[in-house]
Amino acid sequence: MRRLYHRVDRIAGNVINVRAGDVKYRELAEVSSRAGTSRAQVIRLNNDEVSLQVFAGASGVTTDAQIRFLGHAMRVPFSDALLGRVFTGGATPRDKGPALSENLIEIGGPPVNPAKRIIPDKMVRTGIPMIDVFNSLVESQKLPIFARAGEPYNPLLARIALQAEVDVIILGGMGLKHDDYLFFRDNLEENGAISRTVMFIHTAADPIVECLLVPDISLAVAEQFALQNKRVLVLLTDMTNFSNAMKEIAITMEQVPSNRGYPGDLYSQLAVRYEKAVDFDTSGSITILAATTMPGDDVTHPVPDNTGYITEGQFYLREGRIEPFGSLSRLKQQVNGKTREDHRAIMNTLIQLYAGHNESVEKRSMGFRASEWDNKLLRYGERFEKEMMDLSVNIPLEQALDLGWEILADCFEPMETGIPTRLIEKFWPAKKETPISSVSNGR
Amino acid sequence: MSRTTGTIIGVTGNMITVKFDGVVGQNEVAFAKLGDVGLMSEVVRVRGTRADLQVFEDTAGLGVGDRVEFSGNLLSVELGPGLLAQVFDGLQNPLPRLAEMCGFFLRRGARLPALPRDRRWDFTPEVKVGDSVVAGDPLGSVPEGIFTHRVMVPFGLTGAFKVAQIAPAGAYTADLEIARLLDAQGVERSVAMVQRWPVRFPIRLYAERLRPTEPLVTKVRIIDTFFPVARGGAYCIPGPFGAGKTVLQQITSRHADVDIVVIAACGERAGEIVETLREFPRLIDPRTGRSLMERTVIICNTSAMPVAAREASVYTAVTIAEYYRQMSLNVLLLADSTSRWAQALRETSGRLEEIPGEEAFPAYLDSVIANFYERGGGVRLKNGATGSVTIGGTISPAGGNFDEPVTQATLKVVGAFHGLSRARSDARRYPAIDPLDSWSKYAGVVSRDEVETARRTLRAGNEVGQMMKVVGEEGTSMDDFVTYLKAEYLDDSYLQQDAYDKVDGASTAERQRHMFGVIGAILRAPTHFPDKTAARRFFHQLTQTTKEWNRAAMDDPEFKTLQERIENMVTEATAHA
Repeated sequence: MRRLYHRVDRIAGNVINVRAGDVKYRELAEVSSRAGTSRAQVIRLNNDEVSLQVFAGASGVTTDAQIRFLGHAMRVPFSDALLGRVFTGGATPRDKGPALSENLIEIGGPPVNPAKRIIPDKMVRTGIPMIDVFNSLVESQKLPIFARAGEPYNPLLARIALQAEVDVIILGGMGLKHDDYLFFRDNLEENGAISRTVMFIHTAADPIVECLLVPDISLAVAEQFALQNKRVLVLLTDMTNFSNAMKEIAITMEQVPSNRGYPGDLYSQLAVRYEKAVDFDTSGSITILAATTMPGDDVTHPVPDNTGYITEGQFYLREGRIEPFGSLSRLKQQVNGKTREDHRAIMNTLIQLYAGHNESVEKRSMGFRASEWDNKLLRYGERFEKEMMDLSVNIPLEQALDLGWEILADCFEPMETGIPTRLIEKFWPAKKETPISSVSNGR
Repeated sequence: MSRTTGTIIGVTGNMITVKFDGVVGQNEVAFAKLGDVGLMSEVVRVRGTRADLQVFEDTAGLGVGDRVEFSGNLLSVELGPGLLAQVFDGLQNPLPRLAEMCGFFLRRGARLPALPRDRRWDFTPEVKVGDSVVAGDPLGSVPEGIFTHRVMVPFGLTGAFKVAQIAPAGAYTADLEIARLLDAQGVERSVAMVQRWPVRFPIRLYAERLRPTEPLVTKVRIIDTFFPVARGGAYCIPGPFGAGKTVLQQITSRHADVDIVVIAACGERAGEIVETLREFPRLIDPRTGRSLMERTVIICNTSAMPVAAREASVYTAVTIAEYYRQMSLNVLLLADSTSRWAQALRETSGRLEEIPGEEAFPAYLDSVIANFYERGGGVRLKNGATGSVTIGGTISPAGGNFDEPVTQATLKVVGAFHGLSRARSDARRYPAIDPLDSWSKYAGVVSRDEVETARRTLRAGNEVGQMMKVVGEEGTSMDDFVTYLKAEYLDDSYLQQDAYDKVDGASTAERQRHMFGVIGAILRAPTHFPDKTAARRFFHQLTQTTKEWNRAAMDDPEFKTLQERIENMVTEATAHA
């Protein structure tokens, strides 16, 4: 039988200490005081002194608060009834729907046995040429979007979610601006995707501890859907807020900070979440896309830096475009050999020429003479930026490849591109001056 | 001897504090009872009757008052036939068999013996009753894949023994008794093929340690020619994320000229090890004609797996490497990434509330890293044969900045440094080893003088390149410009290597010597060009042809044709001089 405790010894930050017996590590409790009732989780045991992290924040908690231990760790209901619903970081409804309490599953479950993983090989089509052509997204991949605050990373996430062919979308919002939450909700609703979406939203105004729970809850639910043979896409935004919440708790708990105040286990904590991305051998999959804002646009900041070591590549969002050079999908080689035979050639050639374009731009701005070749590159770069890099471009991969040929043919002679003759013969557009609109699919 | 027991009085993260009665030892293994399973843990600090233990599993659900049983043993691994081709976690649990038992997920407290107990090995005795033996001496052998696996007197036995009984030739499982040994006091001990060894202690049953002199050919040109690795040496590969550390390790694990490769995937992505896991069984080792998996042991404690076990995993790996060295084999241990291991140390140290050193790493980081790399080395065994353990560790420095504690502590104890650079990987110049910053103290496949000349060209070319960014091509002298082009040529056609090309991906020592001879001559040739455009065009064509040459096998007639074409091109360019 669970007992009630009434004596709070210490309140610091969002952590309270209480004297209690027979409590388990990570157990959940209910804290009731004048401020109301909130759940809390055990984060340290020391003899009969129990440290609890209060989800709603310790503000208003009194020294005579009632603490009731629940005898289980954090759980979240799981069923198809989740679809179309919006919850808080504490898994209580944020919309007007009923609270769910059936089929509770524990969050933060054990890792997948590496021996049961398979090499991922299914491409996720997004309709964004900078992804599909240059850095293909692969089912079960974990990829962050590195961006400065203010870049349109949330619209990008929403667009990928809408266009990717997945069965379930799970949106985990951490420290989200309320406007952004509404944007996601309305956008998914307008496009008819809300019925296959579950949202766990922690807004900037909500208690910080709930922010910490969002990735675990989102991924626990994702895992259950994946085990039901569903292809799940998890969107997490923004993981830097999550890391900062961790930092806050660690400092409250008087842990020794390692780098810029972040706890020493930042890497492990992030990795445990990202590693939930998986392609189950005989079942569904989890793909993770996570926005990571870079304070000061600094990729060596501990959060993007640790993330980069964990994830399978990264997309840099800069000035509203996906940067072709820093961005990388480590898994693209697994899929881009099987799409169309010219995929890799187009991918490499367009990028090499664009790199040449950047050199020419630099040359021009330094005042050096521009050669005829420079002028060709400059013309090419302008079209590439407008017709490929712009985020509003929305075309399937095959059409994007055709467009690539089109631009090449308009700007260069076949031999200048260095593309193998075999592919030139097959794909090089016959007439040079044809406007794109009248081309019937390129060949 | 009665086992010590205790009760939990504190839990924080993966650390528990236990009040105990009796005797406990530092680094002793204990089991914290959670229902009917025991969570494996290790003593890391003792104060009075309280011990701090790091738990190798998730601690959720443990509470004050829960029972802890001390085992009396140090953290150990099983050594014996059947280690090869296996995939273990950091504590030597066989992952594929765990998957058969538990399914998709790792289950807390689930443990299995490392070596299969149902497999029989054909044992051939090599000693007779009455022979005297000491620890490490062979008792017999069994074939394990392509190797003759020596069954040895357990390393932990001290003193001289007489063979009282030895099993006749036949098939035995690893845990069956194959000999009885009698010590000086007349006490008999039973010996099986499998033995246990505490991972934190080096196996030192050799006559002497040798200087690393012989190159370990990796078939990566920039390594073997410019920054070589020696058998029994140690090297490190620091690099920012995405610079190709893991790809380089994978290539090395395929092509390295050694008998056995132990891969320690320590705190990295599971996806990476999956590639090795799925592909190695299908890849054929050109040296033996058998699958690469047969010479490989994988220790896999990925980033999502418990952090204390990650700390242990590098020791598990190096102990297995040392074990095969005792059979006079050459072993390569690849640890990816040692930074994750150091971070595991940092996490533990933080929870123990030790006074932090630089970047919160513990003050003993340097000595721990030094001790680990020192476990490598070439040795002469007591029977006169030699064996070696070479250690290659990747480092993932925060922010790609090599001025951090792990990189600096490692540089002090390794003989070669392969620094990967972001600039090179962004420019897709793979392998992205920086040719200006990296160094090696070992001897390579070509002479040091020749390499020095080539490096001078690289340095000079780099300086000209920097200058040219400011003054433009117009402001650069013809001589400087040619130096720049020569450096670029050396980089494009020799330092860079296409890992995915069958021929170019693996360059033998013979081929490297041959090619380097030709390219070295080109660097020295007094070329002359009418103008910069002509010079650029010449080197552009030369690079193209050399790249084609790189893709032609040495026994292909094309190889000779292309070489002639290259040499003719150079002769023509020098004839103008």
